[in-house]
Amino acid sequence: MRDVAVVSFAQWSAAEEPARNEVEILIPVVGEAIERSGIGRKEIGFTVSGSCDYLAGAPFAFVMGLDAVGAWPPIRESHVEMDGAWAMYEAWVRLQHGDVDSALVYSFGKSSLGDLPIVMSQQLDPYYVAPLWPDSVSVAALQARAWLDAGNDEAEMAEVVARSRRAATANPHAIVKGDADAGALLGEQYTVTPLHAHDCPPISDGATAVVLAAGDLARDVCGRPAWIRGIDHRIEAHGLGVRDLATSVSTRLAGESAGVNGVDVAELHAPFSHQEPIVRDALGLGDGVDVNPSGGALTTNVVMAAGLTRIGEAAQRLIDGTAGRAVAHATSGHCLQQNLVCVLEGEGAA
Amino acid sequence: MSDTSAADPVTKIDTPIELRYRFTAGRAQSRFLRGVQQGKLLGQRCPQCGKVYVSPRGACAACGVATDEEVEVSDKGTVTTFCVVNVPFYDQKMEIPYVSATILLDGADIGLMHLIQEAKAEDVHMGMRVEAVWAPPGERTPSLEAIKYFRPTGEPDADYETYREHV
Amino acid sequence: MPADDVLEAPNILEYPYARSTGPVIGRFMTGLRDGRIHGVRAADGRVVCPPTEYDPVTSEALGEDSFVEVGPAGEVATWAWVHEPHEKHPFDRPFAWALVRLDGADTAMLHAVDAGDESRMATGMRVQPRWRDERVGDIHDIEAFVPEDAA
Repeated sequence: MRDVAVVSFAQWSAAEEPARNEVEILIPVVGEAIERSGIGRKEIGFTVSGSCDYLAGAPFAFVMGLDAVGAWPPIRESHVEMDGAWAMYEAWVRLQHGDVDSALVYSFGKSSLGDLPIVMSQQLDPYYVAPLWPDSVSVAALQARAWLDAGNDEAEMAEVVARSRRAATANPHAIVKGDADAGALLGEQYTVTPLHAHDCPPISDGATAVVLAAGDLARDVCGRPAWIRGIDHRIEAHGLGVRDLATSVSTRLAGESAGVNGVDVAELHAPFSHQEPIVRDALGLGDGVDVNPSGGALTTNVVMAAGLTRIGEAAQRLIDGTAGRAVAHATSGHCLQQNLVCVLEGEGAA
Repeated sequence: MSDTSAADPVTKIDTPIELRYRFTAGRAQSRFLRGVQQGKLLGQRCPQCGKVYVSPRGACAACGVATDEEVEVSDKGTVTTFCVVNVPFYDQKMEIPYVSATILLDGADIGLMHLIQEAKAEDVHMGMRVEAVWAPPGERTPSLEAIKYFRPTGEPDADYETYREHV
Repeated sequence: MPADDVLEAPNILEYPYARSTGPVIGRFMTGLRDGRIHGVRAADGRVVCPPTEYDPVTSEALGEDSFVEVGPAGEVATWAWVHEPHEKHPFDRPFAWALVRLDGADTAMLHAVDAGDESRMATGMRVQPRWRDERVGDIHDIEAFVPEDAA
């Protein structure tokens, strides 16, 4: 296998972008990722994006994203209707072929344009479930209840929210941040029992991009590349009543395959507060691991980019030298149906 | 509707959907659409390759950089390609046959799609010089309907060299 | 809210979709029209409800001869209480979503529980379907589940 590293990361997000369309949001983010990578735009060997047309409500909406990358002369390009983390997986696989040495991965979306929780109901079984229009918050609440019934506590959910908001104060890109007290949060009203509004992710518009480089190129352009040591993704049955919602078997399997061990930082894509302990336990992370120093998806959740952002946040800490080995996790589908786990290590780390 | 006979098995279900979104035109397209309402065609020039995009999208698709410089282009141009529509369809506003064309406006580097009227369909051809027929100022909306259609100017055909890169 | 200089317009998607069911889902829907709920028995003996066309473990095709009737009553495996229903939800008054494991089934199906008050909901409670008077053969033929003693 070829060694592939993340060599740069850029992001932008806001609760609602009032003026720019997706292309106008993407241009500075892609531009920054390319500039920070040290690799020329026309030198990039492969370009792949992750987005979802259902956010804008227009078929082939993703194609406009190409205006931001400069696809002339024609480029090697691909797209997934998934979070950018899966686009990065494709880029990693593509780099294994050996004929190109770098890849640009970008993801974007404006969740503010539609009624996102209701849009997401249409991801469910089209015969048995979608016609009832169960929104994504309601479905997540079903999982939260199952997790609580398995012997867990609402106090732990509130603690995840409070810790995430406090951590986000150090993140200029976070939308929700500040001092938060778990006890006070527990006193709020439920929106869909057992979830409060604060247990749910904020609607967010934005974009994220990373650049991957292989072998010697990574070493040439980046003083401390964030090497991808393992990456895997697994999916569970789509039927909610077929799965054990209180655990994440797919995360566990992906983590075992990716080789999660000895990490000091974990960026976990848990848009709902109860999902963080589920993912953390599935990965077998001990108490010493710094979980979501960025604040995580509870503080900014650009749908289709939040998973790639976890990878970027983890990688940036390795590039900066503030961490040695990290795990980044991304999820897709209701109730953690599909999960990707990526283990990264900084250059020179033991 | 599913089967009406109680004895026949169900083979189909109705699953109507309705999803409500907002569409925002973005900065560049909003500028263009407001300009068209004022009777102006406003493109944007790429700072790297110098090409002028109409209608602009805020980005040069070839270079991947933002296009900030606004350039007003003419409302006269050259037909680079066209088609004659003979097929009736739901909500059709035009009498068939009618001509839809790509018009390279003078000053622009990318064609704009619009209707050709005041010409027989069989007379429309590549290289034909056309000009916009605008809706009256009070009736213009911020959309390409601010131009009712393009009609032949009567000028001699444009030289192929002036539009060969755009076919 | 868009910035002043930016144009905005409503973009409403509306499609009168219909879906072919195939024989397996069609059989389940026909059952609903008759006021019955069915599951399908997989190779390992588990009864999957609502039925899938293929065995979730072996991926063998599951057909008509694997169908078994389940319920109509069952147990709430998990639930969530909607305080402010969306206009697309089954009810405009507070109600519960639940995964209901019907008697005889080994998996749960998602539906609404019209319990009246959140205090009536509990994991493990027994519920039964409230059928619509006019049924056409789709998931709405069950208007909702209700607490077993309430029917």
